[in-house]
Amino acid sequence: MSAVPSMKLPRWVELGMLPVINLAAALVVSGLVVRWIGESPWAALKLMTDGAFGSQEAIGYTLYYATNFIFTGLAVAVAYHAGLFNIGAEGQAYIGGLGTGLVGLWLGHWPFWAVLPAAVAAGAVFGAAWAFIPAWLQARRGSHIVITTIMFNFIASALMTYLVVNVLIKPGQQSPETREFAAGASMPGMHAMLGKIGVPFTATPLNLAFFLALGLAALVWVFLWRTRWGYAVRVAGLNPAAAVYAGISPARVTVGAMLLSGALAGLLGLNELMGSQHRILLDFPGGAGFVGIAVALMGRNHPLGILAAAVLFGALAQGGSQLSFDMPRVNRDMVVVIQGLVILFCGALENVFRKPLEAVFNFGSRLAARGKTDR
Amino acid sequence: MNLPDSAAPPALELRGIDKRFGTVHANRGVSLSIARGTIHGLIGENGAGKSTLMNIVYGFQPADSGEIRVQGIPRVFGSPQDAIAAGIGMVHQHFMLVENFTVLENIVLGVEGRRLIAPGLARARSALAALARDYGLEVPLDALVSTLPVGLQQRVEILKALYRGAEILILDEPTAVLVPQEVEQLFRMLGRLAGQGKTVILVTHKLKEIMAVTSRVTVMRQGAVVAEVATRETTPRDLAEKMVGRAVLLRVEKTPATAGAELLAVRDLEVVDAFGVARVKGVSFSLHAGEIVGVAGVAGNGQSELLEALAGIRVPRRGEIRVAAAGGSPAGSDPRARRRLGLAHVPEDRLRMGVVAAFSAEHNAILGYHTLPEYNRGVLLDGDAVRGACERKMAGYDVRPANPRLPVSAFSGGNQQKLVMAREIESDPRVLLVGQPTRGVDIGAIEFIHRQLVGLRDAGKAVLLVSVELDEIIGLSDRILVMAGGEIIGELSPQEATEEKLGLMMAGVREMAEGGSRNPEGR
Amino acid sequence: MESYTIIVLLLAATLRVATPLVLAALAGLFSERSGVIALGIEGMMLGAAFAAAAVSATSGSAWLGLGAGVAVATALALLIAFACVTHRGNQVVAAMAVNIMVAGLGPALALAWFNLGGQTPQLDGAGQRFGAVLWPWAQAAREAPFPGLLYAELLSGHNLIVYLAVALVPFSAWVLYRTRFGLRLRAVGENPHAVDTAGISVTRLRYEAVLISGVLCGVAGTYLSTAASAGFVRDMTAGKGYLALAAMIFGKWKPWPTFGACLLFAFTDALATRLQGVTLPLEGVVPVQLILALPYVLTVLLLAGFVGQAVAPAAIGVPYSKEK
Repeated sequence: MSAVPSMKLPRWVELGMLPVINLAAALVVSGLVVRWIGESPWAALKLMTDGAFGSQEAIGYTLYYATNFIFTGLAVAVAYHAGLFNIGAEGQAYIGGLGTGLVGLWLGHWPFWAVLPAAVAAGAVFGAAWAFIPAWLQARRGSHIVITTIMFNFIASALMTYLVVNVLIKPGQQSPETREFAAGASMPGMHAMLGKIGVPFTATPLNLAFFLALGLAALVWVFLWRTRWGYAVRVAGLNPAAAVYAGISPARVTVGAMLLSGALAGLLGLNELMGSQHRILLDFPGGAGFVGIAVALMGRNHPLGILAAAVLFGALAQGGSQLSFDMPRVNRDMVVVIQGLVILFCGALENVFRKPLEAVFNFGSRLAARGKTDR
Repeated sequence: MNLPDSAAPPALELRGIDKRFGTVHANRGVSLSIARGTIHGLIGENGAGKSTLMNIVYGFQPADSGEIRVQGIPRVFGSPQDAIAAGIGMVHQHFMLVENFTVLENIVLGVEGRRLIAPGLARARSALAALARDYGLEVPLDALVSTLPVGLQQRVEILKALYRGAEILILDEPTAVLVPQEVEQLFRMLGRLAGQGKTVILVTHKLKEIMAVTSRVTVMRQGAVVAEVATRETTPRDLAEKMVGRAVLLRVEKTPATAGAELLAVRDLEVVDAFGVARVKGVSFSLHAGEIVGVAGVAGNGQSELLEALAGIRVPRRGEIRVAAAGGSPAGSDPRARRRLGLAHVPEDRLRMGVVAAFSAEHNAILGYHTLPEYNRGVLLDGDAVRGACERKMAGYDVRPANPRLPVSAFSGGNQQKLVMAREIESDPRVLLVGQPTRGVDIGAIEFIHRQLVGLRDAGKAVLLVSVELDEIIGLSDRILVMAGGEIIGELSPQEATEEKLGLMMAGVREMAEGGSRNPEGR
Repeated sequence: MESYTIIVLLLAATLRVATPLVLAALAGLFSERSGVIALGIEGMMLGAAFAAAAVSATSGSAWLGLGAGVAVATALALLIAFACVTHRGNQVVAAMAVNIMVAGLGPALALAWFNLGGQTPQLDGAGQRFGAVLWPWAQAAREAPFPGLLYAELLSGHNLIVYLAVALVPFSAWVLYRTRFGLRLRAVGENPHAVDTAGISVTRLRYEAVLISGVLCGVAGTYLSTAASAGFVRDMTAGKGYLALAAMIFGKWKPWPTFGACLLFAFTDALATRLQGVTLPLEGVVPVQLILALPYVLTVLLLAGFVGQAVAPAAIGVPYSKEK
């Protein structure tokens, strides 16, 4: 897969300019769709920008959504470096959230500092477990991991519906959700944390999980580029035959990378359940697993790029819900369209703009070379 | 034999063909003229521009400028279809066959006739019977191509071209996969084709073949034609110097071997492929300190599988591999364990297996050794140590450009190979397994690599050399094992190993082996 | 007699459930035989389902709906071919991009045009849906003894698309194995270099294959929204494209075995639907979620290769470039 920058372009073009051009193309096409629906793309863009960044509350929500996307974006990226396309982050986040949620339900009366490690461990283990079967089938039986992870999304959805509706539901209530977690299972909000150091901040769902996500991004970077295990993952992803030659088992990398990927996705519940909902309810990942694909591709599978792309998609999610208030003909499905277009332009069509750029830069360097020889 | 008619236009004439790929100038104003009914040689080093030129002639890539004339008529080829229509046929080095199709289906592909294939297949069947009669080109038409030996697959390629009405036949490195006897057969057939008025262009890097079969030869270097001569007016040494641009050493200088203790022992080894077919059958031999043992054989006769089994990449179904360092106990079965025992491995296909093309040189220089303590500091890789080690290897092996951060894909084949050799030899192995050490490597680097291998031997290490280049095997080896059909057919000393003898053994003829020792351990 | 009726009705239901799977699996087969991964059939189907329902609802003609469905799916196929064949993009990524984009675009446009929360209006007018085709004397045969019900329910009484899907299986086999196009298609998925050096355009062949898969997905999607149900709802393909792909892999990329695998899927589905609400001994009532998850579990089991490893076309997923 194309995780490697081609060396024909300067780094700043490859990692900076190209993604921006691809994003711009995706936004232009989205604008055309908005236009087609009969609304003004400019007005929509302004509403979204204001909705996403216009106030403390807006920024809080944007970063809160971004936190989810950092988890899933990192999950997709780790698998991608191992040469695996993990479409199952949605299901892994769902099942991982179950783990976190059960800790919240059962251990919520513990103090927060004791609940947090348990919740992290449960989310990671549940998420990893859900990724394990597709990974194992890919490694041992060659079953197409794209299809099996998609199937596991559907199965996770059915399983969670069964569990929430039939088992975990708060007794004597109609809506499919559990009782509320006890206080110990509540992530400190950003407003509370900032308040302690004397910085006023509007109350939003933005919480400690945001910093956990940032820390994980750094850890993923160290893992992939600064450890022998990350080295092994990247060798196996880029050239499985060379991995075998080097004594790296591609099957073990497949399973290992998917476990890590599932664990990362599984931590989404920390933000979504412990940070905001304080209960388990249906479909709480809300498509974050699929957003993670777009985030990883746009961020070129690099943690820094993923952070930037996650904030962008957080802004789209927050701005998009604001938009649907003010422009009832445009709803949050538009955000899904934009996701698809970003994946299209940043992933599948990345060569469309690369070739002209390469031509420009090659022409430039040839001119420079000719200038030198003339002198 | 038809004498070239001086009044007739040349079968193929190129005028000022020029082609660039980005900054690489692949063809520089190439002009050449080939008479009808002759066999014309095209010779040059890797990267000299032969393949590009032939791809242009076959319509596979357009030239930037220049003119192609076929039988005197200027032609512009937008696709192979145009070239085929002009009577040009090509037999590629890597066969262009659909493996799970029959011979007949492969031959009609692209010239099926109408929308349904049945009539086209019937027509081809009778036409091929005629071709078989005229040129002695028999093939089982209904066999799946994947079941045919390479010699027959090549024949299918030639038939494909003839069935399309080729008057000019281009063969790109056609002998790489053949035993010497098959090569002779091929050359006889080419002679017959030329005798009947077809024009043959033989693209090769083997001087001997040029001398044996062509009437004229064109030498290319760095994209340009540097000489065009009648073959009988030149010598191999002269051609080699023209190819390289300076005097070259055609033979490796080395002293007689002083073999020491046994370092690697292989007993009754059997290796199967992914489909359960035995590729190595009951192979036994031993390898001693201070000797180079060559494994000769036609590609695909089990040498690759043998090498990979020794390196721990394939798990043998049966048999034993003992490395002396481990006190003679059976070696651990994965590549990492083998490396720990002092077994280093330069794989046959470096781009497929030996390097990660997208990685920088420094990261390729630790491939397989990335878990060693010297490259790690706690849980982290030690970036300074990795870079320093790569810089030392690049300096010691003259890898250019000497920039550890450059991706390996940016290096030439020779420099990639030198980096791989450096990585494996500098790991200070007791035993070095080497596959095709000079494939796709220019002559300058070949000399260097050969000297390294001999140097390693002289330092008391053992080298197992697998190569399809007989010259390389004869020139470097102290003993030669010949493989055919997955078995070791026999053993020869380099003194008794003539091309004819090796060729017969590589074709699986055992009688020849009686002269040599059937006892694999005898020296 | 009772069980006979149940079996006939079950088989008839199997055929109806199988129809979109068969069409999509054949779509996948043409695409993958040419060497292009066919994960995009999910999105092409969904796009067609929306377009067909929207056009049928506004025009009142199921046939115009079919035209729109095929047009939209073909356009999406063209986009995939443009990304994967012309620009050598990652085939899996391109397909997922189309699938996700369409999943948003359908409801977004439906909301804007019909204001029904992301659905299209109910199709209940005359001619808005593909109705059943009754064979001669079907009504009379229903009352007749043994083969009568079989004739009336299993053979007669389906809509045109069901018959089309069944007929397309032998037709596809014939195209694949008896025609020049089929020969070249099979070749390009195995060794595109052989095809290119034979003077045939790899690009053109792959475009043709992907466009054929688009047309078939168009019909499949139209079936979902204008024949199997009465209108478009969000995510109405529910992974059927992926199920079809699994069936195709299980069928080793061959038309008849693929058809068999689709029938197997559909039969399981039809059976499960019948079991809904039925009380089983020991187990009690089967949870509805289990029944809903059954096709997905079955897909995973089939892909896990309980019948041995299937061999995909050799060149699948690899963008073609002239350099080796």
